[in-house]
Amino acid sequence: MSAIFKREFKSYFTSPLGYVYLAIFLFFEGYFFVNLFGYGSPNNEIIFPSLSTVIVLVTPVLTMRLLSEERRQKIDQALLTAPVSVSGIVLGKFLASFAVYALALSPVVLFELIVTLLSSPNWLIFLNAWLGAMLIGAALIAIGMFISALTESPIISCILTLIAFLLLMVLPSLASLAGVQWVTDAATKIAFVNLFSSFTTSIFSVVDVIFLLSVVAVFVFLSIRAVERRRWA
Amino acid sequence: MIEVNSLSKKYGNHLAVDNVSFSIKKGEVVGFLGPNGAGKSTIMNIMTGYLSLTAGSVSIDEFDIMENPEEAKKRIGYLPEIPPLYTDMTVKEYLYFMYDLKKVNFPKKPHIEEIMRLVKIDNVSGRLIKNLSKGYRQRVGIAQALVGNPDLLILDEPTVGLDPKQIIEIRNLIARLGKNHTIILSSHILSEIQEVCERIIIINSGKIIADDTAENLSKNLSKDHSLSLRVMGTETEIYKILNSVPGIKELRYAGSKEEGTVDYILEPKENCDIRAAVSERLAERKKTILSLSSNEMTLEQIFLRLTDAADKGTQLLTQQGAAVKATEEPEENKETNKAPKVKIDLESGEATLGEETDAEEEYKKEEN
Repeated sequence: MSAIFKREFKSYFTSPLGYVYLAIFLFFEGYFFVNLFGYGSPNNEIIFPSLSTVIVLVTPVLTMRLLSEERRQKIDQALLTAPVSVSGIVLGKFLASFAVYALALSPVVLFELIVTLLSSPNWLIFLNAWLGAMLIGAALIAIGMFISALTESPIISCILTLIAFLLLMVLPSLASLAGVQWVTDAATKIAFVNLFSSFTTSIFSVVDVIFLLSVVAVFVFLSIRAVERRRWA
Repeated sequence: MIEVNSLSKKYGNHLAVDNVSFSIKKGEVVGFLGPNGAGKSTIMNIMTGYLSLTAGSVSIDEFDIMENPEEAKKRIGYLPEIPPLYTDMTVKEYLYFMYDLKKVNFPKKPHIEEIMRLVKIDNVSGRLIKNLSKGYRQRVGIAQALVGNPDLLILDEPTVGLDPKQIIEIRNLIARLGKNHTIILSSHILSEIQEVCERIIIINSGKIIADDTAENLSKNLSKDHSLSLRVMGTETEIYKILNSVPGIKELRYAGSKEEGTVDYILEPKENCDIRAAVSERLAERKKTILSLSSNEMTLEQIFLRLTDAADKGTQLLTQQGAAVKATEEPEENKETNKAPKVKIDLESGEATLGEETDAEEEYKKEEN
């Protein structure tokens, strides 16, 4: 697993992909921070909900190649005939992708440290929001990885992932069209992309954390099954 | 070392591998030979655990590939048809990655360096794989198979797409590796298999149609120890002379390819060398022999004969490339020294059995 993780993480930076991804985040994080700083607000956690649209739009690029590219180029033959388990391969790839995502969000932590030097921000609320952003990102990456396991084309994987993420965002509005209260409620619960702001306001929500961890587990498991299923085709 | 029992693989309704069984001992160098799409790669992919099997079993050193895949895979080095290379890595980075992936226990640096020297890629170790030529990529592919020094090497068409010089180099490399590895090599190029492998398994339409040493295949299948003769003269007179040579079982007229000459195919009786007798008899009658050659079947012909016979059930090929209907001759004809009853039309490549040749008819008339 560690070999796969290292190779996959490095591969983001042997092409422009990783740099572009980080640059986009850095730009928007910097922009939001400067705005907050200008107003003299110590509430850096607000940056995370502001970033949610960027995360949804850009993260498909991170996951699009994970399990599709190697299959297309038949490099998966090296991995699947090596003495490693499929779960090790899939987890290694998931963690590499997640590490790049975590790296992309790390400047916000730096901003919080800067603010701490000048003021006394509430670190508990910040960490709660940071944890939320990490978990939501992990769930999105797991879904993106699963979609990349279903196709051999990174482009198709990217487009399908983007559609899935956008659907997740607008799910409550779509559900409200039905006019049934419990459908709207259920859709709001499922649409975890919108949890960014609730993590900045509420104190540590065990239910949300468990829900997001479950989404990660389910889609990592489905990805493993999808890779194994290819052998049986 | 390897036991494959009643292996079958279905893709939907298509049976790609059909009840294949064989076993390979430690140290053997075995060639999988078959036309494209015969199922060679599928069998190899199943043996290495890349594909699942529909029925049967594969075990490597008594470890079942489905039940104990990690132990079985540890013993295999696999070079697929398309070398699985990360083109954005350098050769060294890639081999280090494969070392980590395979969880090898040898000291890392000396092990990788030794492999790079062995396959002669040490001079490109720092180059990105995407900038390497096909020949080098193939060698990097072989190098990754060697990482961890597995006992069994499975090489799927290792020389495909290479230039003749590279082919010879890779073949020599495989021959060297064969001294201390068990190797399974697939190819549709017969000379390659013949040169490198001790044992040949011929596969067609997902089935094994022959499994023997190259020597035995040629001995057993090429019952055709016939001679091709080109001699100056007419069809009738040569037929007459040849028919008086003892030891000839069959005599076939094969047309006239040069002006004033005729071609005959002579089938001697078992364990009978008729070359001297034929030559002497023709010399006595002052007939000039232009060529006299043995028609031992090459592996190529055996292969075509087997695969064709498997496909159509009836066709086999002679040295001249003319298709002869492979219906066996009636037993009595084989035993007697009767004149041949085969007529080969070299223009169309068609041949028919059971019809008397013109020469034979004329000869009979003369005798009467």
